[in-house]
Amino acid sequence: MQALTTKSKEVSREPMSFWEKMYLPAIFKGMMITFSHIFKKKPTINYPEKKRPFSPVFRGLQILNRDEEGRENCTACGLCAVACPAEAITMEAAERQPGEENLYREEKYAAKYEINMLRCIFCGLCEEACPKDAIYLSETFTPADYQRKQFIYGKKDLLIPHPTEDPEAYKKALGNRAKKEPVN
Amino acid sequence: MADLKKPIMLLVVDLALIVEKLVLIVVVVMASLVIAMYATFAERKVAAILQDRRGPNRAGPFGLLQPLADGLKLFFKEEIIPTFSSKFLFIMGPALAMLTAVMTSAVIPWGDKVQFFGRDISLQIADINIGILYVFGVVSLGVYGIMIGSWASNNKFSLIGGLRAASQIISYELAMGISLIALLMVTGSLSLKEMVLQQQAGYWNIVYQPLGFLIFLICAFAECNRTPFDLPEAENELIGGYHTEYSSMKLGFFLFAEYINMFINSVIMATLFFGGYDCPFVNEANFSPNIAALIGVAALMIKVVCFLFFFMWVRWTIPRFRYDQLMHLGWRILIPLALFNMLATGGVILYFNK
Repeated sequence: MQALTTKSKEVSREPMSFWEKMYLPAIFKGMMITFSHIFKKKPTINYPEKKRPFSPVFRGLQILNRDEEGRENCTACGLCAVACPAEAITMEAAERQPGEENLYREEKYAAKYEINMLRCIFCGLCEEACPKDAIYLSETFTPADYQRKQFIYGKKDLLIPHPTEDPEAYKKALGNRAKKEPVN
Repeated sequence: MADLKKPIMLLVVDLALIVEKLVLIVVVVMASLVIAMYATFAERKVAAILQDRRGPNRAGPFGLLQPLADGLKLFFKEEIIPTFSSKFLFIMGPALAMLTAVMTSAVIPWGDKVQFFGRDISLQIADINIGILYVFGVVSLGVYGIMIGSWASNNKFSLIGGLRAASQIISYELAMGISLIALLMVTGSLSLKEMVLQQQAGYWNIVYQPLGFLIFLICAFAECNRTPFDLPEAENELIGGYHTEYSSMKLGFFLFAEYINMFINSVIMATLFFGGYDCPFVNEANFSPNIAALIGVAALMIKVVCFLFFFMWVRWTIPRFRYDQLMHLGWRILIPLALFNMLATGGVILYFNK
């Protein structure tokens, strides 16, 4: 029969020599092999203490962006919802009232913005569709939960922390996005 | 009055002796339990290191609290006694296994004597002149725990495991005993203390009995049901073997007894062949007796740790024997070899002592 790989070895069916029959030399050889593994480098990473960096193109949990003054970028245009192949995004638009200029950047904003994380396939098309740089995919993933309804993320779950009120959390949430130039 | 005083005096001395022995018993039993506990941890750690893994490192610093967590888990597990088992024997099995495992430590000389309150306290619970025979007697009782437990659980896997354990231990005890006879011919004494003193004065027995030690070592692996001879608890064919039906701390006792046995076996091998508490290149007479005893205990423990590591090292290297291979090795190789060793030793002794 033809060998499947080049690595396969012919099994020797010859009767064992006295040296082989003693077994102990072979056992000793084997034990030396296991002993040598004591000094080998362990490939394991101690997970919670040490985390592997994600790939730069990693697509994780969505984040709703704010500008430098902390105003929400989203104008509830609905392009992300249209782009979404999994139909995970729903939103309700509302008009900005006078005096809310510090909250929303433009005249229209999303009063309700929900992403069903059980539907979401993290394709990143919402990020590509967004003309206002209002939504992007971050470097975290959805944490586990006990109930399905917890996976429908609302605005309070998705919004990025305020850049002036909580600059540290903002920076952390921004991740490697911070280096990029703002699009508008 | 003088007649009355004498027995009272005797009683006083005996009381001190009893207290001293009781303390020693408690310390030795506790120490062997703790060492067995940490042997389970060491086993996992050694396995991990030999397989390029990290092993348990979550509970406490370096995972040192892992055995406590394991023990706690075993205590909180549901205790299931199968309705079709014979209840009394089912409980007696692990109890007996544990009892015999701990009992062996009575005759082992853990060190020389220490001085406390102006008394010489020997670090040996009982220096009986048939020490090694006592060890053999108790160790062979150990299989009863496994046999009774496996038979009482009324399960075919358990029964096969128990049968394997019984036949394996009986087969290997023969070779072990015969290899020991050669050693006893060299030492001329059955007392373990006496053997250690001889080795302290001269060379270690491994020099006189290398073949005997090899046979003893292989048989010790078989006696402890350790890989490559762990057929009684072969997971993949017997679903755990003799402890298939056991749960909770009764299972813990079985597993624990194995580790205590391993520890005791290591101690006995160290005592018989590697000078016991004798520390090489150190003259104990130069130190005060307490320090000398401490050095002795430390030396013994280092030897024991080496043996324990060896047990684990072998376990994670060599695969399990097939049953007929096991019997072939026991009856057709080890026993003739042990007999040859015995005859050769006897011949050499006769030749030189003419």
